[in-house]
Order: sequence, then C-alpha cells, then structure tokens
Amino acid sequence: MSEGLTKSQARNIFFGGSLFFFVVFAALTGHSHYYAVSKSTNAQNLTDAVVRGKRIWEKHACINCHTILGEGAYYAPELGNVFVRYGGKDDPAGAKEAIKAWMTSQPSGIPGRRQMPNFQLTDPELNDLADFLEWVSKINTQGWPPKDSG
Amino acid sequence: MKYQSQKVALAYFACAMILFAAQVTFGLVLGYIYVAPNFLSELLPFNIARMIHTNALVVWLLLGFFGASYYLIPEETERELHSPKLAYIQLVLLMVGASAAVIGYLFRIHEGREFLEQPLWVKLGIVVAALIFLYNVTMTVLQGRKTVITNVLLLGLWGIALFFLFSLYNPANLTVDKMYWWYVVHIWVEGVWELVMASVLAFMMLKLTGVDREVVEKWLYVIVALALFTGLLGTGHHYYWIGTPGYWQWIGSIFSALEILPFFAMVMFTFVMVWKGRREHPNKAALLWALGCSVLAFFGAGVWGFMHTLAPMNYYTHGTQVTAAHGHLAFFGAYVSMNLAIITYAMPYLLGRRPYNQVLNMASFWLMASGMSFMTFTLTFAGVVQTHLQRVLGQGFMDVQDQLSLFYWMRLGSGVVVVLGALLFIYATFVPRREVIETVNPAAAPAE
Ligand code: HEM
Ligand code: HEM
Ligand SMILES: [Fe+2]
Repeated sequence: MSEGLTKSQARNIFFGGSLFFFVVFAALTGHSHYYAVSKSTNAQNLTDAVVRGKRIWEKHACINCHTILGEGAYYAPELGNVFVRYGGKDDPAGAKEAIKAWMTSQPSGIPGRRQMPNFQLTDPELNDLADFLEWVSKINTQGWPPKDSG
Repeated sequence: MKYQSQKVALAYFACAMILFAAQVTFGLVLGYIYVAPNFLSELLPFNIARMIHTNALVVWLLLGFFGASYYLIPEETERELHSPKLAYIQLVLLMVGASAAVIGYLFRIHEGREFLEQPLWVKLGIVVAALIFLYNVTMTVLQGRKTVITNVLLLGLWGIALFFLFSLYNPANLTVDKMYWWYVVHIWVEGVWELVMASVLAFMMLKLTGVDREVVEKWLYVIVALALFTGLLGTGHHYYWIGTPGYWQWIGSIFSALEILPFFAMVMFTFVMVWKGRREHPNKAALLWALGCSVLAFFGAGVWGFMHTLAPMNYYTHGTQVTAAHGHLAFFGAYVSMNLAIITYAMPYLLGRRPYNQVLNMASFWLMASGMSFMTFTLTFAGVVQTHLQRVLGQGFMDVQDQLSLFYWMRLGSGVVVVLGALLFIYATFVPRREVIETVNPAAAPAE
C-alpha cells in the first residue's frame, strides 16, 4: 500500500467520504420518494382496492415465482405489464376478466408444464388483485420492459 | 484458542452448517422443479421452496458472521467476551426463529416480499437477537484493545442491524416499497456486508501470513472506503425501471460500475499479503478458501455484476436468468466462501488440535467452486438466449423457457456437485480424524 498514506488519513477519508455519500444517497432517495408519490405512480389511483390487491399479492408470495417490474423469481412471467399483455390498454374490463379467469383455472395439471397453484380467491379478492395489477401497469417505468412479452 | 469465550463460535458454526445443508438441499429441489415441473407442485410449490432456499442462505451467513465475530473479537480486543451466556441465548433465539419460520413457510405462513418473507414476530425476534449481539460485542470492544479490524467489523455489524429495520416498513405504493426494500437487500450485500467480509479477511491475512498489522489495517481502510463510496450510490442500479426518476440511470450506472473496485482491491490485498508474508501457517485449506473467496467474489460480484449493471444493458437483462447467474456466484464467492474460510481457519483452534482433514477440505473447495462456476455459466447462457428471444424478438415467456431446458438440466447437474461439496466440507470440518498432512511448522497458535 502506498507509503504516502498514513493510517489516520485513510481512516478520516473513509469516515468522511462514507458520511458524504450516505447523505447524498439519502437526499436523492428522499427526492425519488417524492417523485414516486407525486408523479410516476398515479398515486391518486392508489385506491383501497389496489392496496388490498397488493396485500393479496404478498399473502400468496407471488413474488417467489414471478417478477414484478423485473424483481422477484424467474420461474414465471413478468406481471408488471400483464394487464397490458391481456389487452388492457384497449379493453380494461376484458383484461380484468381475463386475469380473473386465469387465476381460477389454475393449476393446469398439464404434464411437463410449470404449475401455478390455485389460491382459492373469492370474487372480491380477484377484483382487488386485478385492480392492483392494473395500477402497477401504469407506473412510469422509463419504458421498461422492451417488449410486451415482459 | 487463547480465550475461553471464543468457544461460543463453535456452536454458531455448527448451526450455520445445518442451515447450509438445508439451503443447498432446497436449491436442488428448486433445480429439479425447473426440469420436472410437476414434482411436488401441490405439496411444496416453487415459491415456498424458494423462500426456504434464500432465507436459509441469509440466516446461515449471518450466523457465520456472528460466529466469526465471537471468534475474532476476543483475540483482537485481548479480553474475554462480555457475556458468553448472552451469546448462547442469542443463538437459541435465532435458531428458534429460523426453524419456526421454515416450518411456518411449509404451512403457508409468511409475508410476501422477496427475501423478507419472515412473519413480523420473527423479524422482531431477529431485531432482539441483533440487539443482544451488538450489546455483547460492543461492550467487549469498548473494554478492550481497539483495532481497525474490530472498528470496521463493528461498523458493518451495526449497519446490518440498522438497515434491517427498513424491512419493517412496507408502504402501499409498490415503487416506494421497492426503493426501501433495496435499502435492506442492496445495502447489505454491496455495503455493510462488505465491511464484515473485508475485516474477516484482514484478520485471516494477519494470522495466516504474518504481515504487519499496520499494513493490513491501511489496506482495510482503503477497501472499505471503496466499498461504501461506490456501493451507496450504486444502489441506483436497482432504481432504473421501478418508477423512480431517470437520473438514476446515470448515477446508478457510474457508481455501480465502480463497485468492482473494492472487490478488485480485495484480490490484490489477499495476494499481496500472501506474497509478502513471512509466515508459513500450517492451515493450507484456510488459505485456499481465503484466496478463493476474494477471487470468486471478484468474478461473481465484480465481473458478473458489471456485466449487467449499465442501464442500457440492464434494460434487456433485468430480471432474467442473467440475474440468477450473478446472484449465485456473488453470494457464493463473497459470503459463502468467506464464512467457510473463517470456519476452516478457526475450527482446529476451537477443537484444540492441529489442522485436520485438509485434503478433504480442499477437495470440497474445488467441488463447490467448480460446481458454482459451472452453474453460473449455464445460467448466463440461458439468460443470454432468454434475453434475445424474449426481450429483443418479443417471444412469450413460457415459450422461451421451453427452449432453455438443456441449460436447466446442466444447472441441476452442477447443483449436485455443489451439494456433494457442501456435505464433504461439513464432514471434513466436524469429523476430525488423524492428521493427513504432516505440517512443517507445528506452531498451533502463532503470535502476530
Ligand atoms: C451455496 C450455494 C448457493 C447459493 C449461494 C445460492 C443462492 C441463491 C440466491 C441468492 C437465489 C435468489 C436469486 C435471485 O433472486 O437472483 C437463489 C435462487 C435459486 N437457486 Fe440457489 N444458491 C445456491 C445453491 C443452489 C443449488 C445447489 C441449486 C440447485 C441446482 C440452486 C438452485 C436455485 C434455483 C432454481 C433458484 C431460483 C431461481 C429462480 O427464481 O428462478 N441453488 N439461490
Ligand atoms: C457480493 C456482492 C453481491 C451480491 C451478493 C449480489 C447479489 C445479487 C442478487 C441476489 C441480485 C438479485 C436480486 C433480486 O432478487 O432481484 C442482484 C442483482 C443485481 N446485482 Fe448484485 N450482488 C453483489 C454485487 C454486485 C455488484 C458489485 C454489482 C455491479 C458491479 C452488482 C450488480 C447487480 C445488478 C445490476 C443487479 C440487478 C439485476 C437485474 O436487473 O435483474 N451486484 N445481486
Ligand atoms: Fe445491487
């Protein structure tokens, strides 16, 4: 290690620099937090139904098979844009029905095909979940994913 | 072993190895489900098996960190632990929490964010255990000799606990949720865990090579400064596409590209120390793991991380098998290897004997390292093909996956090798036999 640097200098650089970068990082996430709730996520549409939908998403750990906005497991399709994939841009009601129909028709039982469990959701729960997926699909994700295939 | 209380590390290491075995076994189950998807699909669906695989991983790595701390802090501070009893209570708490969580998962009792699936009461138990731990080690350090190694280690451990608190915050807005989720996940593995890793490696270099403490400590500060200067703003590489502002594409790309530096510095550090070293330490297996750790971490975290970290590239690879490839080699190279290194180093002292089963231990290194590397290569190929078919040509996810099955078979094969390596390691470590290698230098507890 360079002879020029003393240990106490190295220590001061470490502590001072880390503090500096942490403060910058915290300030930027503060701004991003504000940006998310005021601009990019249509927070005004974040209804009680959407919130309930998110809790259903969590209750059944969908994230451990699927990705959502590219994060999660890689076993099953991306769901951040599933609403778009099901034609929700032109026909929102049709897309919601398609999502609900999908959920109730699982598992497919087809040999050799990846299986999704049936979570026995009630009709109101299915509606909440579909509302959540609709809301997610409208988040401004800087143009990701590149294709509707997710 | 110079201090009686170091012995608590033994219990921590043993518990860590139980969870390690469980982790890789569930990994094998997951790998098998990938190629035979009807396997256990009702009894143990993929998502449940996956949370056991990842949670067991994180918990055993943390147990290893705690064990390593309890082992090296008495030696560094030159005094007994503040309270060995508290250390055992902490371990019982953690093991009860971990077992309850796993059993709960099997009965679908869990929360729903990746890696943070533990029910609230388990999370709170973890916080209590962390507080007991921090109290115990901080008191020890405050009353003893203060070294750079203990300072950096303590800072890392406090950081682990502080950033874990963000796991308790689960806002309704998915974008905000994700932002703070990364405060735990990214700032752990690319921030405060690196402090733990660097200080444990520094301790091992000091002991294994006999290089001056002054030199080791200067390196340590440089490494951890590089880690935090790049790693904090490097979090931006997860803020590209989740509803956060566009400026993260610049900040995240630049700073996370630089995250390769601390890993490169750790390679330089370990090799330069060994090269300059004045001491022939008899524990060759520990040295192999320590060098292997810095090298594999450099490839897994540094090179494989860099590969997909620039925003224009990540736009295509985000959330594909490329991510899984990187996740595996990064975790294995950095934190699995670092734990196995310190366990390999400490066990002979904890058992009061000279290094044993070294050939078996080194064989387990090569089995695991080559198995994990092969797994990383196959997943990378799978990810590249997936990226092209799905993200460039726009083919459907399930259709693309059908075309990748050859890679998933090869992943399963390499997984079997890793599991054999892991079992061999556990056997070599916990079933000491007669000496295999006659060592030149029998000094059992070398001075500094
Ligand atoms: C010490 C060794 C291992 C480590 C450190 C490790 C680590 C991990 C991590 C961090 C994840 C989450 C990946 C992510 O979110 O990107 C994961 C998932 C997974 N692991 Fe491992 N693992 C290990 C061994 C294995 C083995 C032996 C297998 C068996 C073939 C395996 C199969 C899997 C599978 C199939 C997944 C799920 C990937 C997906 O979501 O599609 N792992 N592992
Ligand atoms: C030892 C240190 C590291 C570990 C253990 C690690 C582990 C992981 C894991 C498990 C994920 C997947 C998270 C998820 O489930 O979504 C991930 C994602 C990622 N990592 Fe790392 N990583 C490390 C270091 C790095 C470094 C140094 C870089 C950059 C140079 C990097 C770049 C990335 C990127 C860009 C992603 C996002 C991938 C995506 O968009 O899907 N990582 N890492
Ligand atoms: Fe990261």
